[in-house]
Amino acid sequence: MTADVGSSPKVSHGAPAPGRPTEVRKLDRVVIRFAGDSGDGMQLTGDRFTSEAAAFGNDLATLPNFPAEIRAPQGTLPGVSSFQLHFADYDILTPGDRPDVLVAMNPAALKANIGDLPHGGTLIVNTDEFTKRNLTKVGYDSDPLEDGSLDAYTVHKVAMATLTRGALEETGLTKKDAERAKNMFALGLLSWMYHRPTEGTERFLREKFAKKPDIAEANVLAFRAGWNFGETTEAFAVTYEVAPASLPRGTYRQITGNTALAYGIVAAGQLASLPVFLGTYPITPASDVLHELAKHKNFGVTTFQAEDEIAGVGAALGASFGGALGVTTTSGPGLALKSETIGLAVMTELPLLVCDIQRGGPSTGLPTKTEQADLLQAMFGRNGEAPVPIIAPRSPADCFDAAVEAARIALTYRTPVLLLSDGYIANGSEPWLVPSVDELAPIEVDFATEPNAPDGSGEFWPYLRDPRTLARPWAVPGTPGLEHRIGGLEKAEGKGNISYDPDNHDRMVRIRQAKVDGIAVPDVEVDDPTGDAELLVVGWGSTYGPIGAACRRVRRLGMTIAHAHLRHLNPMPRNLGDVLRRYRRVVVPEMNMGQLAMLLRARYLVDAVSHTKVAGLPFKAEELQGVFTEIIKGVAA
Amino acid sequence: MTAIDLGLPTLGGLEGVPTTDARQTAKDFTSDQEVRWCPGCGDYAILAAVRSFLPELGLRRENIVFVSGIGCSSRFPYYMNTYGMHSIHGRAPAIATGLSVSRPDLSVWVVTGDGDGLSIGGNHLVHALRRNVNLKILLFNNRIYGLTKGQYSPTSEVGKVTKSTPMGSLDHPFNPVSLALGAEGTFVARALDSDRKQLTEVLRAAAQHRGSALVEIYQNCPIFNDGAFDVLKEPGERERRIVPLRQGEPIRFGADGEYGVVRDPATGSLQVRKVAEVGEAALVVHDATRDDPSYAFALSRLGGQDLDYTVTGVFRSVDRPSYDDLARAQVEQARTAKPADLGALLRGKDTWTVE
Ligand code: SF4
Repeated sequence: MTADVGSSPKVSHGAPAPGRPTEVRKLDRVVIRFAGDSGDGMQLTGDRFTSEAAAFGNDLATLPNFPAEIRAPQGTLPGVSSFQLHFADYDILTPGDRPDVLVAMNPAALKANIGDLPHGGTLIVNTDEFTKRNLTKVGYDSDPLEDGSLDAYTVHKVAMATLTRGALEETGLTKKDAERAKNMFALGLLSWMYHRPTEGTERFLREKFAKKPDIAEANVLAFRAGWNFGETTEAFAVTYEVAPASLPRGTYRQITGNTALAYGIVAAGQLASLPVFLGTYPITPASDVLHELAKHKNFGVTTFQAEDEIAGVGAALGASFGGALGVTTTSGPGLALKSETIGLAVMTELPLLVCDIQRGGPSTGLPTKTEQADLLQAMFGRNGEAPVPIIAPRSPADCFDAAVEAARIALTYRTPVLLLSDGYIANGSEPWLVPSVDELAPIEVDFATEPNAPDGSGEFWPYLRDPRTLARPWAVPGTPGLEHRIGGLEKAEGKGNISYDPDNHDRMVRIRQAKVDGIAVPDVEVDDPTGDAELLVVGWGSTYGPIGAACRRVRRLGMTIAHAHLRHLNPMPRNLGDVLRRYRRVVVPEMNMGQLAMLLRARYLVDAVSHTKVAGLPFKAEELQGVFTEIIKGVAA
Repeated sequence: MTAIDLGLPTLGGLEGVPTTDARQTAKDFTSDQEVRWCPGCGDYAILAAVRSFLPELGLRRENIVFVSGIGCSSRFPYYMNTYGMHSIHGRAPAIATGLSVSRPDLSVWVVTGDGDGLSIGGNHLVHALRRNVNLKILLFNNRIYGLTKGQYSPTSEVGKVTKSTPMGSLDHPFNPVSLALGAEGTFVARALDSDRKQLTEVLRAAAQHRGSALVEIYQNCPIFNDGAFDVLKEPGERERRIVPLRQGEPIRFGADGEYGVVRDPATGSLQVRKVAEVGEAALVVHDATRDDPSYAFALSRLGGQDLDYTVTGVFRSVDRPSYDDLARAQVEQARTAKPADLGALLRGKDTWTVE
């Protein structure tokens, strides 16, 4: 049971393709997992297969999974790195629960992943690594390739390293260098099995290794050798086709969440006609946003790698004070360090975009694994009453829209905004319907230029508000006549001087709260196709895919279920209370210990059931399906 | 990883900041806020010196920004009729860095103290200095925590008895000038709150410097550390202790110029000797523009925590491209090389079309 829709892949048999002796089967969807040692290049292999699938027009979703150590000891279980890719001829929502095909480059990869391969699944193994020593290293007493323990699977034993070496004999590369290209052999073989286009990968390899043409050539040769191996040996009796998906019309590209987030930040700067200033500090899994933005200085983007997380956000706030769009990127531990500065941004009421790419916590936690456990930190993790708007993208491509939206709120309401992405969507990828630039709404920014005192004194009052948004004026240094001082001490309403007056403080706390509460956010939409569901699933952020896929499965089983997914966590959509009250049961699946559920229960007095998992991996549609059906049966009983 | 020479010309510290012909006085830089330091606090003298020195720069008031952290000294921006931000403890250099990088038309000043700048914010201070961001950093050193009512600070002398150290403090103090030079600060100076003339000279030189300028200002806190610098002010003592630096002149001090600074040929360090004993020709001639910071560092080591010899003036003033100029040059270079085509960026290299 691997499909989003709760069925095995649909298969239709066809005649062998011309020139191909093998039988060709048509599938609607396939999940492939490449697994190997961290040094085996599995992420690159998966990425390339993804690009091929994307170029072919499939819908797809990916799940990279790698250790925090750059090179954990070779051949060990902690060193296993994998990349799962789901591609289909229809719109899919997740990278798939379980692979249909597992490529295992060594015994450790086999051991770590075989449990996920359903019986009857295809296993392709690089036999060269199955030495006594390597088997012992991961605790195999006997060779699983020989002892019958893999009888439930279709196993293809391929001496990938030997074959790659053979193919590269002429190149004069050392044995070690030649074997390094074995991941491309695996990619070639899989590309053949699934009728993937190859030009893109060959072009990519030549570009990637442009400075080392011999390595480029070796990788291309290994890639072709893998393809030819499939074509010429009789080991593979069947190949598969997955037709392009019928997605909405338009131009698509493949994109990861972190790239989409970086593009969203660039776009926000362009839409607001403001320079972008990113102040940040490297941290997994957020660093790629810095890397990406550093490439786009031509859009007026300055990237500042600071001495620490605090300086990163401080510099961003300083730039905002000067009239730029100040942005900082981080992950959970870094957000903890930034909280005091975010509080200063709340007090000084300056725009600031804070992107938290969540990872497993607490403390250093699981740097390369995913989690949603920073919601309450984002909501409340500051001293004093310091409300901050929160936005969470729901998929890799959605990070673009979420970033633009977050910047729009920050600039319109002069407030720090927290964007909560996570490792799953940050590193995962999917096809993105590229928006046309003129469809993106401009972000209006009005800097104060004139004194504004209502008493006609000709003074400038930095804390006099726009009655519509409650935003205070953004008067940047360099504007004559508007010289003023802001800071972390409480400000007098209007004039903005330091004030310790009790009533003023009470009023200012309430105004800051009202400003955030009053932010215009769209109503939450409910996916309830039959309109008579009794169970409502409420999710937020990256669980959109697994929840959506599980709901499809439940409906396939003849049951009704509704799904509402929150993008705006603060303020929450105005209609949310009504929506929650419309359903008999509400379940809230989260990759934390029930943080949204706690908020919903507190705000709306709704008896929401919390379903939680904090395993560092996204939910599987299958497990959520089980949870939902149990509840539905319970309601009916 | 290759180093790229951006080929920037050497600029003055205030290049790019708009000027005005309007006559300015200290009053123009005085905000309407009542100054709330304790009576007799050294901060008043520094505030007065800054307010009356700024007019001579002829800058437009709106293009000057004071950024501070937390502490008594950090209230400074409220009293200046310029733009200002009183931020959070220790973070002023970081905030000012973002401001300075994004706004070449501003003259950005950081006001900090020994606790704010050397304790909680020590990291930001040394990194601002090594990057050479175009910031003028005024570090008011009163060798005590004032705003929290009298705990020892990172510049307090060992054995200091305070509320938090009833048996005497244990930690070895920082010498802020040594620290700044160790971070390869391009402009490092020291002055006393009570010496308006020298303080003004040093501020002037700092303002004209392109890059980070650190000015340590000894500041008396009459409430919690009164008289900390009295030995540098008392007639008789002060001549014997203060070693004033003058560019291009032999380093000489004492009531009758009887002391001088010489180099110890054995160790390369600097020492104070009687001029009569070593002869005038042996005296070190001060040159703040030496690229190698070890000379200035040796000067900063002449005195210890007891203020026996206290060197004042400009220790070091060398040219090195400022971080903010370089950062802006990279953005400009990128803009010139490649148009900002958002559509092309979003599409990327590999797209496909669904009809
Ligand atoms: S406590 Fe000391 S430093 Fe602070 S204002 Fe009073 S005298 Fe000045």
